[in-house]
Amino acid sequence: MGLLRNRYIKAVAVSAWMGLLTVPFAGTVTALYISGAILAGSALFAAFRAFAGTGALSGAGTMSMKLEEFGVSLTSGRRSVIALGVLAVILVVFPFTSNRYTLDLAVQTGIYIMLALGLNIVVGQTGLLVLGYVAFYAVGAYTYALLSTGMGVSFWAALPIAAFMAGIFGLVLGAPVLRLRGDYLAIVTLGFGEITRIVLNNWDGLTGGPNGISGIPRPTLGPIGFEELTNYYFLMLIMVVLCVFVVRRLNDSRVGRAWIAIREDEVAAEAMGINTVWMKLLSFGLGAVLAGLAGVFYAAKMRFVSPESFNFLESIIILCMVVLGGMGSIPGVILGAVVLYLMPEALREFQQYRMLIFGAAMIAIMVFRPQGFIGTKRRRIEMAKG
Amino acid sequence: MTYPPQQAIKSVLIMDLFIQQIINGLTVGSVYALIALGYTMVYGILELINFAHGEIYMLGAYLGIIILGFLTVAGLTAFSLPLAILVTLVAAGAISAAYGATMEKLAYRPLREAPRLAPLISAMGVSIFLQNYVMLTQGATDKVFPDIIPKKSVMFMGAEVTYLQIFIMAASVVLMAGLHAFIMKTRMGRAMRATALDKKMAGLAGVNVDSVISVTFIIGSFLAAVAGVMVAMYYGLVNFYIGYLAGIKAFTAAVLGGIGNVPGAMAGGLVLGILESLGAGYLWPEYKDAFAFLVLVLILIVRPQGLLGERVPDKV
Repeated sequence: MGLLRNRYIKAVAVSAWMGLLTVPFAGTVTALYISGAILAGSALFAAFRAFAGTGALSGAGTMSMKLEEFGVSLTSGRRSVIALGVLAVILVVFPFTSNRYTLDLAVQTGIYIMLALGLNIVVGQTGLLVLGYVAFYAVGAYTYALLSTGMGVSFWAALPIAAFMAGIFGLVLGAPVLRLRGDYLAIVTLGFGEITRIVLNNWDGLTGGPNGISGIPRPTLGPIGFEELTNYYFLMLIMVVLCVFVVRRLNDSRVGRAWIAIREDEVAAEAMGINTVWMKLLSFGLGAVLAGLAGVFYAAKMRFVSPESFNFLESIIILCMVVLGGMGSIPGVILGAVVLYLMPEALREFQQYRMLIFGAAMIAIMVFRPQGFIGTKRRRIEMAKG
Repeated sequence: MTYPPQQAIKSVLIMDLFIQQIINGLTVGSVYALIALGYTMVYGILELINFAHGEIYMLGAYLGIIILGFLTVAGLTAFSLPLAILVTLVAAGAISAAYGATMEKLAYRPLREAPRLAPLISAMGVSIFLQNYVMLTQGATDKVFPDIIPKKSVMFMGAEVTYLQIFIMAASVVLMAGLHAFIMKTRMGRAMRATALDKKMAGLAGVNVDSVISVTFIIGSFLAAVAGVMVAMYYGLVNFYIGYLAGIKAFTAAVLGGIGNVPGAMAGGLVLGILESLGAGYLWPEYKDAFAFLVLVLILIVRPQGLLGERVPDKV
C-alpha cells in the first residue's frame, strides 16, 4: 500500500485495475484501450494540476468563486432585474428563431421544470424523500387523456379536475404514510409509483393497457388554437412563470418556513407548535397537484399517453433535477431541470454512449459539487461556517 | 416461471399445488434474501440505500454465463460439472466484489460527509452507468445460460422439486449461515457490528472504518453475484435490466425484515418470495410485481420497523 502513495504508480495501478475489471465484459483488447484511456486521462489531469499549481490554480479558484458570486447576484438583488429582463426577451424571441425540434424540446423542458418545482416542494423544502413522484404525473396525464377522448371534456375544464385528482391521490397516499421515517417513506412511494404503472399497464378496459391512449386533443381558447407548437410554447411559458411565482410566494410564507423547519428538525418544529402532520400533508398534496398539472400539459403535447412514459427512471431523473440543481433553491431546480433534460439530448450524437456518459456525469457532479449547481442561501451560510 | 395448463391444475390436488407454490416461493425468496443482505448491511453501516446493488446482481448473472462459457471451452465443464459451477460461482462473486469495492471507493466514499441525498443520487448514477456498460459490451438482447444443468427432480409431498431448486436453497442457507458466523464470531465481524452501532465511536476505539465499509461492500456484492448466477441458471435468460426489479424486490425484503437487521433480511426475502408466489399463483399472475409492492406498503403502514426490527425512537 505504501507504494500507492507515489502518484505515478497510483495512476498506473488505478488504470490497470479498471482495465482488469472490464476484461470479462469487454474482452482483452477493449480493456487495454479503456485502461490506456484512463491512464492518459489521469496524466492530462496531473499535467493540468501541475500547470495550475504554478499560480494558475489559485487564479482558477478565485475565478470559480467569482463566477459563483456572479451567479448568486444574478438570482437576487439589483442585477437580478436585468438578468430576468434578458431572460424574458430570450424566451419570447426564442420560438421565432427555432425549428420544430428545438421548440418541442423547449416545451418538454417546461414540463420538466414544473415537475421539478413540484418535487422540490416535497423533497427540497420539506425534506421528504419521494421516489414515486411520477405516479402523480401519470394521474394527471391519464385524467386528461380519459376525460378528453372519452367524454370530450375541454383542456381548461380538465386542468382543475386533473389537479384535484392528483392532489387527492397525494393526500390518500400521504395520510397513512407520512408518519414513517424518511427512508421508509421513500420506499413506500417507490412501491406506490410502481403499482400505479403496473395497474395502468394491466387495466386494459380503462387505460388501454400497454397501447396507451391516443388522439388526445391540444387545447383551444376562443380563436387561438394551440395546435400550433409556437402557441403551445407560450402557453407553457405562462404556466411555468405562474408556477415559479406561486412556489416563490409559498416559500416566503408561513407555510414555507414551517416546511423548512420540518426539514431541518422535525422534533424541534413540532415543539415550536407547527402542526407537522398537516404541513407534511400539505406539501405532499401541493407537490402532487403540480405534477398533475404537468401531466395534463404532457398528454396534450404528446397527444398520446402510455404507461411506459411513467417508469421509475423518470421519477429518478426528476429527483436528480432537484438534487443536482440545489435542493430548495428555485433557480437551482430550474437550472437542474434544463441541464438534466437537455444533456442527454445534446449527447444524442454519441448515440448509445449517452446514457453511459449521463450516469458517469451524475456521479461526477455529486462527488465534486454535492450541494448542487446553486445551493440555497441558507446552505451557503452553513457551508461557509463549516 | 411457468404455470401448468388449466386441466393439469384441476387434476393436481389443491394441497400439492400449494406446496409447489411454497417451494417455488422459497427458491425465489432465498435469492431475494441473498441480495437483501447486501442492502441491509450497507444500510446498517452507512444509512445509504445502495441503489446500484441490483446492478451488481446483474453483473453476477452475466459473469456466470461468461465464466461458465470460458470453463466449457477450457474443458473443465466436461471434466466435472459441479466443480465448474463452483468455480463459476466463486469467480463471478469475486469479480463482482471487486466491482462493488471500486464503486464504493469512487462514488460513495467521497460523499460520506455530504448532504444525505448526494450519495443516493450518486448511487443512481452508478446504476445507470453499469446498466449501459453491460448493454454496450454484451449487447441489448437476452443472453442464454448454457443448457448444461440436468433437469432432474424429486417428488416432495406431491410437489416437484428440481435439483436446481434444492441447490439454490441449500447454497443460500450455507452462505447465510457463513455470513452469520462471520459477523458474530470474527474480529472483522465485531468491527462491523461496532461500526453499525456508532461509526465515530468505533473509529475512536481503533476500528478502521474505511476498511470495514469496503469489506461490507465486498461481502454484499459477493452474495448478490452468487444470487445472480443462480438466477441465471434457474430462469436460463439474463438481460441488462434485470437488476432493477430484483434490486427493488430485495430492498423490499430488507425493509420487510427491518432494514439494517441481518437475520431480518433473510426472513424478509423468504417471506416475500412465498407471498409473491402465492399471490401470483392464486390471485392475479399479471399483478405479480405489484403484489410485492402492495405487501410492502401494507407492512410498512402496519409495522414500520419491519418484521424483526426494533422500533427506533426519533433522536432529539
